[in-house]
Amino acid sequence: MTASAPLALEPPGKSWAQRILPAALRWCEGLLPTLMALGITVLAFGAFVALAGHNPLEVYAEMYRGAFGTWFSFQNSLLRAAPLMLTGLCTALPARLGLMVIGGEGALVVGGMAAAASAAALRGAPPSLVIAGMMLGSMLAGGVWIGAAGALRALRGVNETIGSLLLSYIGIALFNHLVEGPFRDPASLNKPSTPPIGEANMLGNLPGLDVHVGLAFGILACIACHVLMEHTVFGFSARVVGGNPRAARLSGLRVPSLIIITCAIAGSAAGLAGMVEVAAIHGNANASLMAGYGYAGILVAFLARHNTIAILPVALLLGGINASGGLLQRTFGLPDAAVSVLQGIAFVVLLASETYRGRLRLSRAPS
Amino acid sequence: MDPAVSNLGLWGIPLAVLGGALRVSAPFLFVSLGECITEKAGRVNLGLEGTLVMGAMAGYGVSYLTGSPWLGVLGAAGVGSAFGALHGWLCGRPRVNDVAVGIALMLFGVGLAFYLGKPLIQPTAPRLPALPLGNFSDIPQVRSALAVNALFLLGVLAAPVLRWALARTSWGLVLRTVGESAEAARAMGYDVGWVRFWATVAGGALAGVGGSFLSLFYPGSYNEGLSSGQGLMAVALVIFARWDPVRCLYASLLFGGATALGPALQSVGITSGYYLFNAAPYALTLFIMVLSSSNERASADQPAELIVAR
Repeated sequence: MTASAPLALEPPGKSWAQRILPAALRWCEGLLPTLMALGITVLAFGAFVALAGHNPLEVYAEMYRGAFGTWFSFQNSLLRAAPLMLTGLCTALPARLGLMVIGGEGALVVGGMAAAASAAALRGAPPSLVIAGMMLGSMLAGGVWIGAAGALRALRGVNETIGSLLLSYIGIALFNHLVEGPFRDPASLNKPSTPPIGEANMLGNLPGLDVHVGLAFGILACIACHVLMEHTVFGFSARVVGGNPRAARLSGLRVPSLIIITCAIAGSAAGLAGMVEVAAIHGNANASLMAGYGYAGILVAFLARHNTIAILPVALLLGGINASGGLLQRTFGLPDAAVSVLQGIAFVVLLASETYRGRLRLSRAPS
Repeated sequence: MDPAVSNLGLWGIPLAVLGGALRVSAPFLFVSLGECITEKAGRVNLGLEGTLVMGAMAGYGVSYLTGSPWLGVLGAAGVGSAFGALHGWLCGRPRVNDVAVGIALMLFGVGLAFYLGKPLIQPTAPRLPALPLGNFSDIPQVRSALAVNALFLLGVLAAPVLRWALARTSWGLVLRTVGESAEAARAMGYDVGWVRFWATVAGGALAGVGGSFLSLFYPGSYNEGLSSGQGLMAVALVIFARWDPVRCLYASLLFGGATALGPALQSVGITSGYYLFNAAPYALTLFIMVLSSSNERASADQPAELIVAR
């Protein structure tokens, strides 16, 4: 899996540089198509905004300013990166088994609703207990949602891509039903919302930062999933299923339960993203939860090539792009959908660049 | 929906569902016919949701600028074929995954339509006319339920024509050969990539037409909430219809009826579960997929080169 694996095959007696350099080059080669895709995306989106009558250099300068230019905007990007890390996991983990799950938006929404419901059920309990309950509830709800898509795939052969997106729409309809009807706070007049979870139960900020603890959840989840997928028997089995399902079945691996458990973990990550949005940003569950983090998470996973550690920088990049959307709107009058166009172009170009993977070489091919 | 329906009492529900089915099913029908062509050639285009929204936006824009809704339909077909061509070309590259490209084009199409469609939300474009098939009746509710769009009737006609063409014409045979066995088609001297490319373009064009129906007839205006997964449900529907255009027609009517259930119940005063009934078409799709999928064997009607229904 990792680029450093062939290092052990190098004959002994080579100097340090001779060992490290080829490995580093090979690592860069793996990165090359992705970087190339990002470069082409920058050019294509530049042409797009030029057609719309703006100077692309100014637009990009403004985007950088809005995303990473100041300490304030950088923290804003971090805030948006946190849910993207978790929804990115929702697509990246099943992808390691060769499944394409795209229902992260629904898992996030039901997770957020479950968090609000848990807070209501635990009213009056100490905040730490309420927060733990919200985390557990949201992860359970998201896990059930995507786990169901995995179960349908594993047990009935239902295509998981379509299945997970249908479940996502069902989750959103259920969310709207609850927030408009049985679980609506009568005090929320203009914007139907659930009752507030309570000021004391909100997630606090990380020490020294204006960024909530949800960012730590995202980072820890990515690291935990990395350990799970790369350093445990479970992860190894899952990767075998992704590499060759027939071989996995023949070697006695329980493919259906591997699929269901991985999908459930993936869904609980997205559900936790919903809890973070509820407990750190909105203070209750309302339609603002559907901000597209679930869909952007698909792109995060693909850009990271489903590597759970690579999700971290990619989520920060996309979080920054999302954060700069408002500034683009104010400065250039570009519609907020401009960010979606940029992400769409990036996604299409990225997949097209797959055709060059392994064909771009920095070093001589290993003999 | 028409509040007068409530005068009919509970009979208003089936009538509203029927009328809704006739109105709502057209996007399902066109997208599923398009996807049927593409999948018969052995490729999956999951991006038709994006194509649908792009078609809705382009159809509305062209109709607004030219004053002719039929030119709008044509424009939507053109934009749809362009998206189909993009999908077809990308998937023709080695090692490019068609399901992933479909997801990307879904997100790209929706984003681009939202971007370009911003100026179209306010103005009113000329809409497609309706054929008053219900004029035999004196009841206004029956009349309004049976005011069917000519484009929908074209789609209804297209289904048996497409079934005949796939079964009986030489290009239908080539298309099916490519979908059943790329090697056999290659051995017979056909360019597999070329056939699949044009099958994807044709599928995109039909999906674009389906989108123009959304913005030019029902609901009949352009906004960002126009499509909520109809394009994707239509892809699932093709699996349910076992790759037969005529069964796609029946399935589309069923789905249209399911989509109309929530508004129909609302029109007779049952509003409590309105948002829950919005989930009906998705739940129905999922239920049908569970019934029509199998872990043990692929459906006998499934093109053998197809991977989505595996």
